[in-house]
Amino acid sequence: MSTVQLLFFFLSVLAIFSAVMVLVSKNPVHSVLWLIAVFFAISGHYILLNAQFLAIVNLIVYAGAIMVLFLFVIMLMNLNAESEPRKHLRMKFAGVISGGCFLLVLISLVRQTPELTGKTVMMATGDIGLIKNLGKALFSDYVVPFEISSVLFLSAMVGAVVIGKKD
Amino acid sequence: MPVQYYIYFCLALFSIGVIGVLTRRNAIIVFMCIELMLNAVNLLLVAFSKMHHAAAITSNPATTAGIDGQLFVFFIMVVAAAEVSVGLAIIVMMYRNTHSVDINFLNRLKN
Repeated sequence: MSTVQLLFFFLSVLAIFSAVMVLVSKNPVHSVLWLIAVFFAISGHYILLNAQFLAIVNLIVYAGAIMVLFLFVIMLMNLNAESEPRKHLRMKFAGVISGGCFLLVLISLVRQTPELTGKTVMMATGDIGLIKNLGKALFSDYVVPFEISSVLFLSAMVGAVVIGKKD
Repeated sequence: MPVQYYIYFCLALFSIGVIGVLTRRNAIIVFMCIELMLNAVNLLLVAFSKMHHAAAITSNPATTAGIDGQLFVFFIMVVAAAEVSVGLAIIVMMYRNTHSVDINFLNRLKN
């Protein structure tokens, strides 16, 4: 087994374990910290796929900005394990069962798909994930969506201020 | 690496997010599980982009096929950042009104 494959399985196990811990943790702050671990593992996957730009953007935007926002909100509300709302054990069981059935259906779907057999993913090579190529495509083919996203950010900023304002 | 491994991994992450939305009652945790699902889809988009690139590069070594998938991931991250700011503002407003982040307080809309 090569190094890339070993890293793939290690990062996958790390991500799934951390994702389960996000759900299991009683304290919301611990959930946020486990979610940051998931994002680091996914950034490692991006690096394995040689999508370097997305790996860095994932770290900066998700692990850096969004998770800090979550932490601030949780600390602002002073949430902890005691104030955590409880759900009935029966409802939890039903949720896990239905989520597991969803996973099983999707896995059997993928196993039966003939289009996916023999297809491999290019690991650790290929230069479409580099900033040079992504920037060229972003500012030639996708320049209109890029500019529209700035309007989206402006409206999100105004919306957040209007919603979060007192009275 | 076969593309099925990536699909199974992303399906597992996505299902964990679904289970989290179904089983937790804290609105912030539910929101974090939605972020988890978005990230699973992002990773799958990048894996498919590299799959198409691997298929196209055998005929044309200078091709940039598959770059669209990575740009979609970039735009998903843009939209997710905007969504989180508005969503957290809504959760803060809900906490200010009800002094709780329990999503069962929100079922009053049905009456």
